[in-house]
Order: sequence, then structure tokens, then C-alpha cells
Amino acid sequence: MRKTVCFFVLALAVLVFATGPAVAGTLDEVKARGYLIAGVNGGVFGFSMPDDKGTWKGLDVDTAKAIAAAVFGDAEKIKFSALTAVQRLPALQSKEIDVLCRNTTQTLTRETTNGLNFVHVNYYDGQGFLVPKKLGVKSAKELKGATVCVLPGTTTELNVADFFRKHNMEWKPVVIEQPAELNKAFFSGRCDCLTSDASQLAAHRSVAPNPDDYVLLPEIISKEPLAPVVRHGDDQWYDIVNWSVMALIQAEEFGITSKNVDEMLKSKDPGIQRFLGVTPGMGKALGLDERWAYNIIKQLGNYGEIFERNVGVNTPLKLERGLNALWTEGGLMYAAPFR
Amino acid sequence: MPSAILQNHEAEIRPPVTSVGVIGWVKQNLFDGWFNTLLTLVTVYFLYRIGPPLFRWMFMDSVWFGPASECNQNPGACWSIISSNFRFILFGFYPYDQQWRPLLAMLILFGFLYYSRDRRRWTKRLGYAWIIGLSAMGILMRGGILGLSAVESSQWGGLPLTLILSVFGLTAAYPLGIFLALGRRSKMPIIKSLSVVYIELIRGVPLISLLFMGSIIFPLFLPEGITINKILRAQVAIILFTAAYIAEVVRGGLQGIPRGQYEAAESIGLNYYLTMRLVILPQALKIVIPPTVSILISAFKDTSLVVIIALFDLLKTTQSVLSNPEWMGFSKEAYIFIALLYFLGCFSMANYSRKLERELSRD
Repeated sequence: MRKTVCFFVLALAVLVFATGPAVAGTLDEVKARGYLIAGVNGGVFGFSMPDDKGTWKGLDVDTAKAIAAAVFGDAEKIKFSALTAVQRLPALQSKEIDVLCRNTTQTLTRETTNGLNFVHVNYYDGQGFLVPKKLGVKSAKELKGATVCVLPGTTTELNVADFFRKHNMEWKPVVIEQPAELNKAFFSGRCDCLTSDASQLAAHRSVAPNPDDYVLLPEIISKEPLAPVVRHGDDQWYDIVNWSVMALIQAEEFGITSKNVDEMLKSKDPGIQRFLGVTPGMGKALGLDERWAYNIIKQLGNYGEIFERNVGVNTPLKLERGLNALWTEGGLMYAAPFR
Repeated sequence: MPSAILQNHEAEIRPPVTSVGVIGWVKQNLFDGWFNTLLTLVTVYFLYRIGPPLFRWMFMDSVWFGPASECNQNPGACWSIISSNFRFILFGFYPYDQQWRPLLAMLILFGFLYYSRDRRRWTKRLGYAWIIGLSAMGILMRGGILGLSAVESSQWGGLPLTLILSVFGLTAAYPLGIFLALGRRSKMPIIKSLSVVYIELIRGVPLISLLFMGSIIFPLFLPEGITINKILRAQVAIILFTAAYIAEVVRGGLQGIPRGQYEAAESIGLNYYLTMRLVILPQALKIVIPPTVSILISAFKDTSLVVIIALFDLLKTTQSVLSNPEWMGFSKEAYIFIALLYFLGCFSMANYSRKLERELSRD
């Protein structure tokens, strides 16, 4: 008896709640709520991780903050939700989060079957190999018969298997769950090489007893374009997220930084005037304040500043710009025109 | 002659030195036969090999404070991973300048638990005090009134989160488990079959899959615009899971009560509720204290499984610190530290259950 009553109460509660909020666009929902909810990784240094005071830091975190700055004019109006690899897509689909900035690789099935849209890439990654110098290996194709330390991951393991099969080489995987344990196994010589995304390999190498004893092999065996993700079916929100990322890149191309952005407001360049909202139009088109791009750059800096601050050569990761340099400098970072 | 007898009396015969005192104890306990002698020698050898280096690693060569760079030059343990990060490990994302609040809440909880350890203090007034105490803790954690800034539950983490999940999980699961056990023994077919189905379904799946269902599949069924807090979903999953196990343990206790007890209760005209309340449950629950406590202990440790749904409990905050390149190499120290915290929790529960058993068997 009690159980049936409980059930009815529950069903009723669900019904009552369900009739509550009307379905609105993501932008309206976010504005009504007063803050943005971004899904992040939580355990990748340089991309998204809390520091010792519990403040979120990283490239993905700053990308998400740029969206908050564009929407609210305040980069701090944001909450982060740490998600695992399995959780991240359902969390976005079920509207638990507004945008996913969690080093997620853009793939065909994720865009189609999973009903998601990837915006402009904010980090071009790729899977590589780290080997001890004393092994004397110059190329990944010389790794015949090697034992390979690998984290159990969605694609990392599969990529390396594909690579060895393609080149008709034997290999022995050593799969280890925790990065710290993986490091220990590798540095103590249990495996000949360590494979992961290149950005992660840099982190692994930085904690080696002697980092100079290890080298990254030149082969990058997979393409990992990491980009923020939104749901299908809300084009206005897609535009806002997409152009927020592009604004970071465009600002670097214009030479606008968080320090000189106020001077740039006086610039005579019509492109910069449009970009910073001195000549209105861009903000209105997106449904945002005209100063949206100004707010992003003022509070977070351009893409180059964000990159150097979180993963650049002066951080423990010591990553070069590489593919993530501007297109004018031989990289792939290329924003469409703001007009 | 008489004096000689007297002397003999005075010099009473003592047992040989080899069977009393330290030597006697050692002989009797450590070198009793060739097999035990061998075991003792092997153990002493291993202690000698392990003990001093471990001691040196943990205390002599260790670094207690200071940056990670200092640890890298030192062969000993790097406890500064704890001292430099302990506020994040303990409190997670709770706003840095507000962390006195979860600390105070935990102290209140420990105070209450300590005071309530004595069964003679279990009065109605203590029950009310607990309700007030728990609400005070809730206000401290959540804020939003009395001039405390609001802190959303998504920012809760570390030890307070572990304690919340376990304390609320255990206190809610225990009565639910008892109801389920009674339901399973009920003569009413619907209640009985509902209880059986519930218990068997929940026991048939691992806790991880319940947590996954709660955190991934469940939100997809909710209507648009409704999200239920991640912590609450995990908490409910833990309660449902633990309750099913407690139900089976309690059922064991109920079956252990002789039929005569039921009949005696009926013969003095007690109804079902009173029979259970006054006669059966007090005896049944007493019998099952040891298995209940072992379920509670394993439930306490199982709360660390919420790591897989990215709740920042004690284990996850520690792992998060470990993924910082600066501290990546010092997993041993970090895991030893939280193992110690978990051990303290589990050991005091086990200890308390032994005490409770002793007291109850005296009655």
C-alpha cells in the first residue's frame, strides 16, 4: 500500500515539475539562469584542472570562460561540471551542461549519430610516441616488437593497434589505468615506449627523473582536433560558441591582447573597429552585446596568450605552438572574417 | 635441625628462569617447536629488511613542507604533496575563503558521533539534537542565509562529500533495509513480491552500474529543463544499493528468532507493529550487528566509487592533485594519506560495533 502511494506521489511530482519551464533557446536559458554551465575534464593539467585552491585552470577552461564573457560580459559567470569520458556526451544531450569543453575529438559519428555539433577547434592534438634516448630509435617504424605503455582510452589504444597492424609489426601493449602508475612503469623501463596524445606526452616527460633522457618520435599517428561541442538544433547558440572561439584566434591575428585592447578601441582599422564593436553590427547579429569580443579579450586575452599561459613553453608542459600556431605562421588556427 | 627446616621453607623453589618473565614468554610464544622457531626467524628477517628502510623513507629522509622540486632531490617520502594540497584534497572546490564552514560542519558531526557513542545517552532529546545538528551542518555547507554566502552542492567535495555520502547513505539505508526485510517476510503477496523483486534486482547489479544509470541514463528520461543534482543522484544510488544488502542481513536475523517468540507476543495480544517493535526486532537486530557493520564499512568504502561519475570525493581530489605534473610522481604518499583516513573511519566503526556487541550481550 505504502509503496503504491509513494509511486503515485513520485509520478505526480514529476508531472508537476515537468509542466514548469517552457522550452527556450539555450542563450535565453543561460541568461535566465545567470551563469553558463560548462562540462570539462577535471584531470588534465594545462587543459582543465583545479589548482590547489580549487580554482579551475586550463586552455579548455579559458575557452569556456570566453563564452561566458561573450554572453554576460563577465568571464566568472560560469560553473564547471567535471565529467568522465563516458558521461560527457549524455550530459550535453540531457541539457545538464550548455557546452562541452573537454578535449573531445571531432569525429563523424559524434556529429551525426550523437546529435552534436563541434565548433572551431581550440587545440589540434595527435597521438605520438615517447621513447628513452638510449633506445636509439629515430622513428616509430623502428618500434617492431616493442612493449608499449598505454592508458585505456577511447581511441588511443585503437590507434596504436591500427598503426602497428598497418606497418605489419609485432607489439605488446601494457595497459595501465592511472597516469601516475603509467609513468612509473615507463620510467622504470617496463615498456620501451609510451603512447598518448602529444600534449599528454609532454606532461609525462616533464615528470621524468631526467626529462632530457626521453624524446618524442616525429610520427603523429592520429588526428585529434579537439573542439568545444554543443547540441544539434540550436543554431544561435552554435554561432555564439563558434564565434567566441574564433574571436580568440582573430584577436591574435589582429595583434589585440588583454593589455592593449583599450588602445585598440581607437584603431583606424575598419576590421578591428567591427571586431571590437566600435562599429556596431556583429554583436547584434549574434544576439549579444556589441562589446562581446572586447569583453573576451579584455578578460582572457587572445588565443596566443591563453595558450602560453596554460600549456606554452613556460609551463611544465613546455608545448610548442606547432599546428596550433596562426595560419600566418604555418599553423592551422584560422578564423573566418568578422563582417 | 629445626633451623634447617626453616631455611628450606624460606628458600622456596622458583621455576626455572627459562619459563618465566621475558625469556619464558619469548620461549613459549616465539620459539615453541622447530616450526614456530623457523617462522619467527623468517618474520624477524623480513621486519629487519623492511622496517628500517621504511622508517627512513617515511620519517628520516622525507620532506614535510616545501615545493615539489625539493622532493625530487630527496630519496625519502614527499609528504609535502599533502601539506601543499591538503586544503584541496580535504575540501575540493569549496570556495577557499569559506572552507572553515565545511570544517566546522565536520567537527559538529564528529562531536555528535562521539557524544552518541554511549547507548545510555540515546534519548528523545538527543534525537532532536541530532536533527538540529544536521540542519546546522546543512546550513553551514549550503549557506544562503544568516549572512553566509550560498555555496552550491556542485562545489562540495573532498572529505565532507565522502562523509555526507556515507553518513546519509548509511542512516537512510538502514531503516529502508529493515522495511524491506519485513516486507520480504510479509504474508501480503504484493508487498512480499515487490520487496523480493527490489532486493534481487538491486543485488543483481554492481554499484558502479547503478551509479552510471543514475548519472548517465536517468537524466535522459527526465523531461526538458529538469536536472537533478549529481550528488543527490549518487546518494540515492548508494542508499538503494546498501538497503538491499542490509535487508538480506536483517532477514537472516529475523529468521534466527525462534517461532516461540512470535507466538508468545501474539498470546499476550500484541499486534504486528508492537510484536516487531518490542519483541522481534530488538533481538534480531542484535544478532546481526557483525554482518551489518561489515556492510556499513564496505558501503563507506564504496562511496569512493563516485570517482567514476566525476564527483570530487576524497579519492578524486587526491587523483586530481596527482595529475598535476608537479606532483605526478608522488602517488604513494598521497594514497597512504587517504588510506589512513579511510582506515580511521572503518576502524572506528568496527571498534564501535564490538563495543556495542559487548554491551548488548551483557543485558
